[in-house]
Parts: sequence; structure tokens; C-alpha cells
Amino acid sequence: MRVLVPVKRVIDYNVKVRVKSDGSGVDLSNVKMSMNPFDEIAVEEAIRLKEAGKVTEIVVVSIGVKQAQETLRTALAMGADRAILIEASADVHNDIEPLSVAKLLAKIVAQENPDLVLCGKQAIDNDMNATGQMLSALLGWSQATFASEVALEDGAAVVTREVDGGLQKIKVKLPAIVSVDLRLNEPRYATLPSIMKAKKKPLTIQTPEELGVEITPRHELISTSEPPQRSAGVIVKDVNELIAKLKDEAGVI
Amino acid sequence: MSVLLLAEITNGALSLDQTAKAVTAVQALGDITILCAGNACSDAAAMAATLAGVSKVLCADDILYGNDLAEPVAALVVALADSFSHIVAPATASAKNILPRVSALLDVMVISDVTEVVDPETFDRPIYAGNAIQRIKSLDTQKVLTVRTAGFSAAAQTSSAPIENLAVAQDPGLSTWIEDKVQQSDRPELTSAKIVVSGGRGVGSLEHFKIIEALADKLDAAVGASRAAVDSGYAPNDWQVGQTGKVVAPELYIAAGISGAIQHLAGMKDSKIIVAINKDEDAPIFQVADYGLVADLFDVVPALTEAV
Repeated sequence: MRVLVPVKRVIDYNVKVRVKSDGSGVDLSNVKMSMNPFDEIAVEEAIRLKEAGKVTEIVVVSIGVKQAQETLRTALAMGADRAILIEASADVHNDIEPLSVAKLLAKIVAQENPDLVLCGKQAIDNDMNATGQMLSALLGWSQATFASEVALEDGAAVVTREVDGGLQKIKVKLPAIVSVDLRLNEPRYATLPSIMKAKKKPLTIQTPEELGVEITPRHELISTSEPPQRSAGVIVKDVNELIAKLKDEAGVI
Repeated sequence: MSVLLLAEITNGALSLDQTAKAVTAVQALGDITILCAGNACSDAAAMAATLAGVSKVLCADDILYGNDLAEPVAALVVALADSFSHIVAPATASAKNILPRVSALLDVMVISDVTEVVDPETFDRPIYAGNAIQRIKSLDTQKVLTVRTAGFSAAAQTSSAPIENLAVAQDPGLSTWIEDKVQQSDRPELTSAKIVVSGGRGVGSLEHFKIIEALADKLDAAVGASRAAVDSGYAPNDWQVGQTGKVVAPELYIAAGISGAIQHLAGMKDSKIIVAINKDEDAPIFQVADYGLVADLFDVVPALTEAV
């Protein structure tokens, strides 16, 4: 069984985001970039399924700038078998929209015939939370989003999903798209020998033109701005003063 | 222009707060038709019909829609989509599962977590965990969006729109529901509670979280948690307030033992009054708090519970 894992190169989650003063976006020049944390969890899950003997091959795919090769190498070092880069932009500031990403991934799915696509539930840059659902729609496959547990059975996956108010367990027919949530697993770190070994694993490059996919954006960015700031209030000295303030000044209790 | 609004329905019951706030958010976009899809959801449809500004309610009452499975609900929405310029839902876990699927089926780019409707084509939404706000114009002819309801007030229940029952679309037969494990609670719902009491990593353990819960119960509040507390296993995931959890905007938000990571602030900074209790006076949470108390939460929270 083959698993396809899409991974995105995003600003490292520890980096403080700076909005550019001209409102054109977030400054991504010379900042540390990493694999989207949710995608890392998806890669880890695929590796665990392979280690459990349920999966034979893990293919990772990234869509973006050529530097996304580093992200793919990270996935290969973790344990993926081979990688595909779809070079869709020369500018790191040009984010490819989930609808275009889903269309490109649908082409890769047609090439690779995976039984399962494991993806992160959202990318921590555009926070759109859409690619997995959209890919599933385009393929007419079943979908299980926000997974906190995945078990493969004969021709199906049983997935526990994080929903409002608790958990939902569903069974989806394979082939399927499973998007993963934070609590599914804790991704491993790549060891030095595996990083060296990953350099020899195959990585092929394709383009949207070769795949025949139109990636013109549907959203026109008008502006990017800092969120409204709240100002600090007062420090109270004890519980009694706090209660007095909440009752008399704020009137909220 | 006309709006199809997918109501939030859980086990046949309408989530009035989420749905009513979504109605307010899209009021300016034209005639609103609410779609209630669920199992035994006729009461939900009747309640949705009372919301001010709603011109019609469509009720798809069938076991097929009973568990919010994305494939059948998306197929239903797509079947109805033709007559609407905007397809909208509150940004709940359920709608975030369904609407991107609808969107791709219509060849439209979804607009997630809208915080402001600027005009029928232009919307504000947070990116980078709320560290930036993006204003985008959708170039698609139809718009599909989810609305982050916390910043909107609920539409009043003053109307009586007609209700039309729908025939059931076909079951794509792709997934089956097995079970729900839902936390039973007498507490108000986190996203609609007037008061929320949240604990962070500083609470230290699952047992100690009881003091947060005790204060919440005394105030008739919902209980929240930071991602650090959830990751440490002190609180269940569905209590998580923040960019990757719930976004809340109560009248009063009490943060105890929460340092105030941007991830968390993104989920609560629209609260009317914020109280921060933390023994570290440099904690970033104090920069957004209306009232700060630099103290050990283990002294202060029980004292507060006693005194209110």
C-alpha cells in the first residue's frame, strides 16, 4: 500500500511574524522556514504505518518554491521513500491557494495511485484548513479530517476525529484522504545518518504547466495588516480589589 | 444576491448561538436561506425560522445527515448551490469539514474564518495564527465562506420564516459513522458562554485543574485551557482556546496560569474584559489584560471562588 503525504514549507512556528509596512504581506525574506507542523505529524503517521507493516511506500510531495526541496529532504530523512517537488513559484511570498494545490495533488494522485493521502489539517501560514477536503472532493474520495487516531483495516480506515465537544469515530473507504490534527503523534527528529541517507533518495521535479493545471489565484490580496492591539489595563493588589473592579467598574459579575 | 447559510446542528439540535451570529455576519449580503441538515432536525428548522433576517428555511431531515459526514452534506449543499451567490456557515469543526469540499466541487476558492464582511466580494480573515489580518477580494462568481462568529452579536428571534422540507440527496456511501464520544457537561458552551475561566501550563496537573473548574462552576462559566495545558494532558482538547482551538469572546475571560502565547491570544483577545492571574509579572498576558493580579494562582483562584 502506497501513501502520499503533501508537505508545505512555511515560516518556522517559533519565528515571530512581521507584517510588511507596505501591507503587501508578511516578511518571509531571511526568516527560518520549516515543514508545516501538521504535515510533520502526517509524515510521522505514514512512517509508523510503514513500520507496522501496513504501508510499503511513502511518497512526499511539496508545491511551492525550489527551496521546498529542503522540506522534502527533511521528510525523506524522517523516513519517506521518495519525493516530488512541483515548482510552482519563484517567489517565496507567492502562496499557492489550496484549490490550486488540490488540483495539482489530484494529478500526482493519478500518477502515483496511492491508497491513502495523509495531510496536515491546515498550514500555519494561511490557516485555510482546506486542501485535504478539496482534494477529496476533486477525486470523489472519502475524507476524514482532524484525525487524532488512524487504524487501517481491509479496504478501509477507521479514524477518530477531533470535533467540537469531543471525538467522532468514522470509517472511510479506501482510497481516502485523512487530514491530521495535533494529538495524533509526536514526530521524530531525523538523525544525522538518516539525513545523509536522505540525500541519495530520489527527488523529482515537475511544474504546473507539465501537469496541465491552471494556478491563477482566485483571491486578490487587498492588504495585510497588524491585528488590532489591546492595551494593558491595571494591576490590582488582591482578590478583593479584583472582585470590586469586576463588580463596580466592569459590571461583568 | 442571496445567501445559503448552513446551520450548525448537533444531534438534531440547532446551535442557536453559532447560527444566529453567522446570520448577523452575512445580513448585508442579501436574502438569507438557512439549510438545516440533520437527523430529526425539524425542531432545529423551526428555531432557525425565528431568526431575524432569515427569509426561508430548508429542512433536510434524514439519518443520512445525522452525523455531519462531509460527503453527503456537501452533495446536498452543492445540489442547492445554483440559486445562491454566497454559501456560508459558522466556522465550526463541522463546517470546516464540509465547506471546503463544497467549494472544490463548485470550483471556488473557500474563504475560511471570516472576521468581517467588507462588501459582497471582500472579506477580512486572520492568518499566521492571528498575527496578521488579510483583506482579500474573491474573484469567484460564487463565494463560499466560513464565519468566525465570536465577533458578531446573535440575530434576534423575532421572525417566522417559512420552512420547506427537502427530498434527500443520494448517499455517496463513502464513509460511515461509528460513534461519538462527547463530553457531557452542565456547563455553558465554550464559544457562547458569558464568562470563561481558563487554565494554562501553570495549573500544573489534571488534578489541579479542578480549582479552575470550581471557579467556573461558581460563576456559571465555561472552562477553557491553553494549548500548553492541553498538550501537557491537564485538559481535554475541546477546551482549547486559541488559533488551533476555539475562538471565544465572552463578557469576562479569566486566564489563570496562562503566559499569553500569541496562539492563545488569537483565541480570546476579543473578550470584553480580560483578567490575568499569573505569578510571573512579565508574562505577556498582562499586556492584554484589563485587570492583572500578580500572584500564585493556587492562592488566588480558590480565594476568588470563595469570594464571588
